[in-house]
Amino acid sequence: MPTFAYMTRCDGCGQCVDICPSDIMHIDPTYRRAYNIEPNFCWECYSCVKACPQQAIDVRGYADFAPLGHSVRVRRDEVSNTVSWKIRYRDGRLKEFTFPIRTTPWGSIKPPSAYPQPDQEALDSPLLAHEPEALMIERLPVLPRA
Amino acid sequence: MKGVNAMPVRKTRYIDCDILVIGGGFGGCGATYEARYWGRELRIVLAEKANIERSGAVAHGLSAINCYMGMRWGENQPEDFVRYARGDLMGLVREDLIYDIARHVDATVHKFEEWGLPIMLNPETGRYQREGRWQIMIHGESYKPIIAEAARKSASEVHNRIMVTHLLKDRTRPGRIAGAIGFGVRDGHCYVFRAKAVIVAAGGASHIFRARSLGEGMGRTWYAPWSSASAYGLLLQAGARMIQMENRIVLARFKDGYGPVGAWFLLLKAYATNAYGEQYESKYLEPLKAMVGERYALSQPMPTCLRNHAMLEEIKAGRGPIYMHTQEVLDSPKKEELGWEDFLDMTVGQAVVWASQNIDPKEKASELITSEPYVMGSHATCSGAWASGPEDCAPADYQWGYNRMTTVDGLFGAGDTIGGSAHKFSSGSFTEGRIAGKAAVRYVMEQGRETPQIDEAEVERLKGLIFKPRETYDVWRNEIVAGSVAPGYITPLQGLLRLEKLMDEYAGGISTFYMTSAPMLERGLELMTMLKEDLDRLGAEDLHQLQRAWELHHRVLTSEAVLRHTLYRQETRWPGYYYRGDFPRLDDDTWHVFTASRYDARTGEWEMGTLPVHHLIS
Repeated sequence: MPTFAYMTRCDGCGQCVDICPSDIMHIDPTYRRAYNIEPNFCWECYSCVKACPQQAIDVRGYADFAPLGHSVRVRRDEVSNTVSWKIRYRDGRLKEFTFPIRTTPWGSIKPPSAYPQPDQEALDSPLLAHEPEALMIERLPVLPRA
Repeated sequence: MKGVNAMPVRKTRYIDCDILVIGGGFGGCGATYEARYWGRELRIVLAEKANIERSGAVAHGLSAINCYMGMRWGENQPEDFVRYARGDLMGLVREDLIYDIARHVDATVHKFEEWGLPIMLNPETGRYQREGRWQIMIHGESYKPIIAEAARKSASEVHNRIMVTHLLKDRTRPGRIAGAIGFGVRDGHCYVFRAKAVIVAAGGASHIFRARSLGEGMGRTWYAPWSSASAYGLLLQAGARMIQMENRIVLARFKDGYGPVGAWFLLLKAYATNAYGEQYESKYLEPLKAMVGERYALSQPMPTCLRNHAMLEEIKAGRGPIYMHTQEVLDSPKKEELGWEDFLDMTVGQAVVWASQNIDPKEKASELITSEPYVMGSHATCSGAWASGPEDCAPADYQWGYNRMTTVDGLFGAGDTIGGSAHKFSSGSFTEGRIAGKAAVRYVMEQGRETPQIDEAEVERLKGLIFKPRETYDVWRNEIVAGSVAPGYITPLQGLLRLEKLMDEYAGGISTFYMTSAPMLERGLELMTMLKEDLDRLGAEDLHQLQRAWELHHRVLTSEAVLRHTLYRQETRWPGYYYRGDFPRLDDDTWHVFTASRYDARTGEWEMGTLPVHHLIS
């Protein structure tokens, strides 16, 4: 299901170029619109579709096994923290789903440097950051040496 | 992007750091976070080929965390997990490494929940909703962006869009790491990282075997197409010892879309049959006992490779298609939603297959198939580097330095990079990154006071090598009118297709039903030698193609390791992953060992051998 951009909606902002894990969303130098330079390296991960502020990017199922006439559209919202899907079948049937994506505000993760500095004894031990508390058991299990 | 690739002035940027993390997937994000926790004053730099917000195998999202013990509720102990992974891998795993991940992984998952990852809860018990014994269900569309936020807040600098091509060694001590070199995929500059310790957390290998799908569909491999074997390509070039490179994985998944089957089998309790409605697995138990012995054939749960074997035998006998009977289990709106979310969170393409082919899983069964093979260290397979184990529980010969340090001094690994420890998945890869991150901090504090020196002559040599495909293209391009057929160079895609065809036909891909043998592998190696020579004549039209060229280099070297390891192990250890026609049975008397290799990049020679498998848990 390679991606493509609708010419009339894309404003060439480049957010899809910035996010694509496969480096295949590029800006056409003539038309200044985004396009998929290598559909055969598209994993249909929808990263660009979700990142597009204009909802200009869509997908058309891989030509070698997906018959035409379907559509899977998505809207990801970092305020309500939901992702909503609208799936249209080739025969017209419609399905809609909404799922949560995060339980905390974006940017709220406490950085590791904000925790008290661990001492040398902890550094020399097999414990990782936040252990043993974060394990929620009394102590880190240890395998008796064979 | 022809407009921006008119070869701007190429600069060399030097970046100095204490710890360099290569690859910003789950392993790399875990390493960055943990290194910062222990090394408050250190310069920790993360280099990523794409953008860490959506990079690595979890870029898409995930619908489950496949490695969680639940020790707080007494659900499982790390020992149980070692037994499970060992059984699934037909006995050959590094039990110390798996134990180490299992004992830490719960803390990782609890942290993910605190950061905001929505984990489904079981309404009856209040505990995490189990998918299976080891798996828990999540709403994981934003799994990667959440983890990336933690990594960004930990790194001194994140360098996105840097393709790291080679590791660099110390000028006077060739066994000591000194950094890495690569290029900016956007700016075209050369990047030289000088580091006291390096953690490679790059990706495993998709697209080394011919994919089932064609044309556009090539992109829909099961593992991400951007998992370009850099985990192995980088380490092999640096002379690190590798193990189990023959242990490729084949996945039984929904056909074409490669949607996950775990939730359907384990949670929704759907079942698979052949075309005639027969549940076929049990009838292969007797023949499997003869092939691999009772001990492995009766292992519970049935090892992944053996389940593949049963499916393959059915298909060969003409009793396909194989169907997953989704329609038998979606008896409530809640279950229907669960089934769809399973795909939409992590494999949207499977939803597209259903929509395009008018398959409503509530009404109709869906086809299953076995995929093309992949080489990885994090899933139900364990290719990768030979690594020093945890100080407090690894046997003496599994231990020569800091935890997760490879055989190159100061070079650490996590995720797909580290061999012998299967079943890490997302949470385990992040955990292994944390283990490596802490160990690297200790290494830098105790050993790294003396800054390693890179060899400037070597940097100059590599610079020439790295950008050569651009020059090759510019020179030879003028010999032809237009098009892709040129006598002087091949494009990265042409090289990739030659590699995939070679591996498919000689190393046990789909076209031979995963069958190979010594003569086939030897012929494959002959052709591989010529492909390696032709890599000197890759032509890259622009910086994007230059990235593809170096991904191909990593894939080719990894594939050569796969060929050599497969040839070296004279048995069929994992029927259903691959078969040696000349050694069709499992042979525990000779081959209950790891295969090991070391590549000498200077001479092109391989040193093959074995390493012992120690069982630490009964």
